[in-house]
Amino acid sequence: MVMPVMFSSLVFSEDSDYNMKVGVTEVSQSIFELHMLIFWICVGIGVIVFSIMFWSLFKYRKSKGAVAADFDDNFWLEIGWTVAATLVLVWMAVPSTQVMVKAYDDAEGEINILITGHQWKWHYKYLEDEVGFFSNLATSQEQINGEVPKGEFYLREVDEPLVIPTNTRIRFLITGNDVIHSWWVPDFAVKQDAIPGFINTAWTNVPEPGIFRGACTELCGIKHAFMPVVVRAVEREEFDAFIATKVALAEEERMLTSKVWTKEELMERGEGFYATNCSACHQINGKGIPPVFPALDGSQIAMFDSKKHIEILMEGVQGSAMAAFGDSYSEVDIASVITYTRQAWSNGENGDGVIVTPQDIVAYKNRIDL
Amino acid sequence: MSTVVETHDHGHHGPAKGLSRWLFTTNHKDIGTLYLWFSFIMLFIGGAMAMVIRAELFQPGLQIVQPEFFNQMTTNHGLIMVFGVIMPAFVGLANWMLPMQIGAPDMALPRLNNLSFWLLPMAFGILLSTLFMPEGGPNFGWTFYAPLSTTYAPNTVNFFIFSVHVMGVSSILGSINIITTIFNMRAPGMTLMKMPLFVWSWLITAYLLIAVMPVLAGVVTMMLMDINFGTSFFNAAGGGDPVLFQHVFWFFGHPEVYIMILPAFGIVSHIIETFSRKPIFGYSSMVYAMASIAILSFVVWAHHMFTVGMPLAGELFFMYSTMLIAIPTGVKVFNWVATMFRGSITFETPMLFSIAFVALFTIGGFSGLMLAIVPADFQYHDTYFVVAHFHYVLVPGALFGIIAGAYYWLPKWTGNMYDETLGKLHFWLTFISVNVTFFPMHFVGLAGMPRRYPDYALQFADFNALISVGAFMFGLTQLLFLFIVIKTIRAGKQAEPEVWEGAGELGLEWTLSSPPPYHSFTIQPQVK
Ligand code: HEC
Ligand code: HEM
Ligand SMILES: [Cu+2]
Ligand SMILES: [Cu+2]
Repeated sequence: MVMPVMFSSLVFSEDSDYNMKVGVTEVSQSIFELHMLIFWICVGIGVIVFSIMFWSLFKYRKSKGAVAADFDDNFWLEIGWTVAATLVLVWMAVPSTQVMVKAYDDAEGEINILITGHQWKWHYKYLEDEVGFFSNLATSQEQINGEVPKGEFYLREVDEPLVIPTNTRIRFLITGNDVIHSWWVPDFAVKQDAIPGFINTAWTNVPEPGIFRGACTELCGIKHAFMPVVVRAVEREEFDAFIATKVALAEEERMLTSKVWTKEELMERGEGFYATNCSACHQINGKGIPPVFPALDGSQIAMFDSKKHIEILMEGVQGSAMAAFGDSYSEVDIASVITYTRQAWSNGENGDGVIVTPQDIVAYKNRIDL
Repeated sequence: MSTVVETHDHGHHGPAKGLSRWLFTTNHKDIGTLYLWFSFIMLFIGGAMAMVIRAELFQPGLQIVQPEFFNQMTTNHGLIMVFGVIMPAFVGLANWMLPMQIGAPDMALPRLNNLSFWLLPMAFGILLSTLFMPEGGPNFGWTFYAPLSTTYAPNTVNFFIFSVHVMGVSSILGSINIITTIFNMRAPGMTLMKMPLFVWSWLITAYLLIAVMPVLAGVVTMMLMDINFGTSFFNAAGGGDPVLFQHVFWFFGHPEVYIMILPAFGIVSHIIETFSRKPIFGYSSMVYAMASIAILSFVVWAHHMFTVGMPLAGELFFMYSTMLIAIPTGVKVFNWVATMFRGSITFETPMLFSIAFVALFTIGGFSGLMLAIVPADFQYHDTYFVVAHFHYVLVPGALFGIIAGAYYWLPKWTGNMYDETLGKLHFWLTFISVNVTFFPMHFVGLAGMPRRYPDYALQFADFNALISVGAFMFGLTQLLFLFIVIKTIRAGKQAEPEVWEGAGELGLEWTLSSPPPYHSFTIQPQVK
């Protein structure tokens, strides 16, 4: 009995790696304090109840000649402990309600960020500046398979973290693209489900720069454990510079769409895009994992039906894991990955070899818009 | 397996011979035995899956299984433990004990009883067979949230739905039988408020089952429609609502967790009074506490959904109602302690398991209370902290209750005493390994490890290794339990009718011979 209590108080100290994160925001700190308050109340009740129990077990052993008393009820005792339990609960409920009201404040943010959960990556979009990007796991498959040593931030690193300014009220609008995910950053005490068809809100205001790591916490399929959240909080100037480069990049991207692309350029871009976005299901070698994920190598659609191929990429396949990529990626990306899959493996030799250009995608979009 | 009940001859009334005895039996003891063995076998199947999970999580990285198989293991482990182990074990105990505790010859509806058992092997046969199909078995968690379980599910989900329907039918039929038996077959003089607490706990549980099993059937039927007939109950693209799924599921799911603990409350109450040699303290408050827990369990469901984005008023309502449940739960714990107080206590194996039940279930109650605090739940939800909570209430809770009940009644069932030394060894190994396994999960969860992860960051490595060691120890220890049970069935010191000193005062089952006659009470006893 004493052991677990001592052990717990060691682990439950504030700077322990095995207690709840205190976090950096006002809300996360109040939640931590609340957690500790409730914890110690529970420990208190536990010590009282368990002491009486173990003392009784010890004192009233038959082997020591204990004779059972003859009582089986006590009205006032029953009333007494029921009332006492109720009072303790009220004691817990009051601060919990206060912290909850603080955490759930739903006012607009100075900066609003749309977070969309995809199988299996996060998309961030800055609503004021209309720029966005995907954030993918950066840990290599070799590390996961144990072929090379694991790095310090194994499974907690991404190619592009979400960047936010410090000392600014930030509102997250959180939704899902396919299944339900959940966006969690312990240091902010923000955990909100990303649900298709719903937009949930959460907010934070981070006082100091830093890198904060979190995770997806709602089972979302095979790579649920492989879509971490990383947030970088930076001073306001650095943030403005970051947004400026993003805006410039987006502009460049739009220019690229109108440029005339060669097959080689498309292939090169498409290969990279395929590796990050398609290989999880269709595999790097294009063989897929039949029957769940079909092979693209040798696929009739990828060899002979470029129209259908565009449609699948733009709209996804209803009722299957094949998502629509059209809304989230540029025309150039879509065109290049289509061209790549039409040329790669054995498809180039055996298929019609049609090249799909960004202009084709624009044309497709215009047709749909009509 | 066939020697549990000795043939006590009343001419043609004895059991049939061979396999047909078990296939066609309508005897409450035979059916109880079938349920208990079924549950025991499923414990090892579900346990083997847990071993796969813990082997993979022993170290960071993917070593033994791939995530697609890992997800099938977590899902089926959960489904089997809930629907295939805990629930059938309780029904098995009910079959054995209810007629004997209320002074009846058998259950009220014996043929229905046979059917409700034989539906189970069918349901689980179907469920397990999906693991061998090309697309694999269910992989969306035992809570099977849509749309992962509908639009994005493997096609075997249809088998899963069918098997859930069959389990549901089995539970409903079993509950009808139990309610009918309790209301119609009590011995003269046994008023409701004189019923043994195990009978009370099952009466309440059976009502809960009848109320919520149709809800479960409803939700899986909606899934079936979405998957095969183009409806959009849970499909946002078609105007449906994925959150609706969770509301309906948890409206079933929260009462379900009490279905898995109330009968254990009943069993443990009997054991504590027996080995404290003192009648249970606060009998009527025990009954009222169970009834209030059952009623409250219908208004707390959304505490599983604090992060889906409910409005503030909703979050607060479900926080308060959940905290309320802690009151009757606390009252039960206080009553158990008060029963031990000034008793004359001995520590046979069933009592050891029951004491551990009180202590460790209470720890699970504390973590439940912490989880009920909404803002804190934002940090706990879907981490190992929740895994620690529900394993504390289900393993040292429900499962210890079942094991304690098995040791308590095994001499009655078989006529043989179990080996007390081995029983104590089983207890201590189980007690230590259960804590080594599940206690560190609290810390891993607080430190930030989400649940249902096949792989994890390096900072969680030490505790995960420890947890896996504990889990393997726990799994192996249960083989000892199997050995003890078989040994007791085959031989052992002849048990008295009373079995435990003074138990004759406590319940009608102890007035029957050990083992009891094939038809328990052919003449109704009179209860004063
Ligand atoms: C989450 C897993 C997943 C990802 C990621 C994914 N796909 Fe698919 N894809 C599927 C599934 C499942 C199908 C089968 C859909 C159906 O017909 O039911 C499919 C079908 C296809 C088809 C049609 C194949 C045929 O012969 O029917 C093409 C082409 C395709 N995907 C291309 C891509 C490309 C290009 C990417 C990357 C941008 C991609 N997919 C990413 C799961 C995925
Ligand atoms: C004092 C009583 C209890 C309280 C206050 C309580 C509270 C809670 C809360 C708030 C959660 C949701 C946590 C989350 O997902 O973030 C939860 C989960 C759970 N509880 Fe309890 N609980 C109590 C007792 C029990 C009992 C008796 C059982 C079963 C025997 C049980 C089984 C479960 C299970 C299985 C889950 C997890 C379900 C899942 O997500 O897979 N709880 N509990
Ligand atoms: Cu996820
Ligand atoms: Cu619940």
